[in-house]
Amino acid sequence: MSDKTRLPVGYEAIRDKGWIMAHRFLLLRRTSQFFFLSLFLLGPWFGIWWVQGNLSGSLTFGILPLTDPFILLQGMAAGHWPEMTAILGALIVGVAYALIGGRVYCSWVCPINPVTDMAHWLHAKVGMPKGWQPKRGTKYFMLAMVLGVSALSGTIAWEVINPISMLHRGLIFGMGFAWAFVLGVFVFDFALARRGWCGHICPVGAFYGLLGAKSLLRVTAQKRAACDDCMDCFDVCPENQVITPALRGKDADTPLILSPDCTNCGRCIDVCSVDVFNFTHRFDDTPAPGRVRTRTKPAQKVDNAA
Amino acid sequence: MSAPMPTKPMDPARRRFLQDTARGVAGCALAGAGLAYLVQDARAIPARAIRPPGALAEDDFLAACIRCGLCVRDCPYDTLVLAELGVDGAATGTPFFDARDIPCEMCEDIPCVVACPTGALDKGLTNIDDARMGTAVLIDQENCLNALGLRCDVCYRVCPLIDEAITLELSSNATSGGHHAIFMPTVHADKCTGCGKCEKSCVLPEESAIKVLPMRMASAQSAEHYRRGWEENNPLVDQIIDLPDRLPGPGTDNLVAPGGYEGGFKPTFQLPTGEVGQ
Repeated sequence: MSDKTRLPVGYEAIRDKGWIMAHRFLLLRRTSQFFFLSLFLLGPWFGIWWVQGNLSGSLTFGILPLTDPFILLQGMAAGHWPEMTAILGALIVGVAYALIGGRVYCSWVCPINPVTDMAHWLHAKVGMPKGWQPKRGTKYFMLAMVLGVSALSGTIAWEVINPISMLHRGLIFGMGFAWAFVLGVFVFDFALARRGWCGHICPVGAFYGLLGAKSLLRVTAQKRAACDDCMDCFDVCPENQVITPALRGKDADTPLILSPDCTNCGRCIDVCSVDVFNFTHRFDDTPAPGRVRTRTKPAQKVDNAA
Repeated sequence: MSAPMPTKPMDPARRRFLQDTARGVAGCALAGAGLAYLVQDARAIPARAIRPPGALAEDDFLAACIRCGLCVRDCPYDTLVLAELGVDGAATGTPFFDARDIPCEMCEDIPCVVACPTGALDKGLTNIDDARMGTAVLIDQENCLNALGLRCDVCYRVCPLIDEAITLELSSNATSGGHHAIFMPTVHADKCTGCGKCEKSCVLPEESAIKVLPMRMASAQSAEHYRRGWEENNPLVDQIIDLPDRLPGPGTDNLVAPGGYEGGFKPTFQLPTGEVGQ
């Protein structure tokens, strides 16, 4: 702990870098989320049919097919071998996220992300208790469960619930009562489990995390020696267990955040006033000396902030 | 197993791992049971929700349809819609149409089937006349104007396969003492594509007298154990067999045997003869 820990989150970053630079990835991310949603809404709202369909499957400019690989995988588990168009679309999406980081989908595209971010904002504002924190492995059990139920029932099982497609399809094709699922996720994250849905439960996020487990694009704590323990990055990070090994690593440890849980949202880069973090590729081996410990009695245990 | 239980406590890490796994599996089983229930619930599709042309059978369809709505987008008549949760009844996000609302116009190039990326709408369907979205059934014969002996004929006239999928079958109208005919609209399921133009155009207010029903509801299975001997190439018995001819003559039950009843046969009852008492 340093004195700076007690300052409001992002205080030093805003002071030193200015508000825009202290929020640039957040702003970019919201822009990206808005951009991808608008692409789909241009057609139904303004008659500009650049993109047809929704996140489950789409056709761009009448030529580029895109398919959600997780939905297609459930269909295959259910016993349907899809046609080439869908397979091609899933391959394009799969390769893209395998390169830039699977959970980039979660933080830059998924329409539920603003919902859970808002829930977390309110959660922090009201000072709600952390609540139920399912184990990090829960989402993988969910993933296996969804594929199992798909296989046993012969249907694409998660689409009966999936709040992502409920919201996205609802906005584009008509909502019905699908908003109830979105509200459910909001209430879950706000009142029952802090950052509960995306990080602990959602099997879509688990799938994309695995997909991008070896992705090229990575955040690095390159200048970790400069860390002044303000703890702001831990505060803004939705998966803050991923920071510790990189930031608190010794000289020999890699400064790259290699956990598949990292969503590449870049908020840690924003709020760091001393620019410890940056985007890089996973083969970046620039030497990153560990922090020189100044305290007489350093914490022995790995931070368990998750 | 008769070996005594080891007294050494289990390695804590191993114990923890086994506990976590057991908890995870138990949670999965519970959540999976809930999800399986919802999935089962979503299978119930209302009778008036008709799937697009070329749609796989309902069970296969729910494994194949990713609910992207590309068929809806390429439908030029806005016939197809995606089911909304809690409103339409069909599995949320899957395409269907309500024929009374907007029927299928049976486009020759079948754009909805072409648009489907997964094959939930079968590309094997290339001639729209082969589509079997359902079949029309004249469901209310008490209010159908033609069934009452009037000449409405609208369902027959709008049928894209007029005189094939719907014919008018004549019968005598007892109401007018047989002076007039009833022109009964009659659907032939082997030709009907289930487009629903008849249902849409039925002149009755509110519900239509003729409705498109999904094939699974409208058609029964034929009874294999009853043979239709009158159909060609469908003899009652598999091989042609030559039964022995019954020759007329004494000792048979042939009443027109030549020579009358002489010989072995006498009727057991005869009309009384002679005077009838006064």
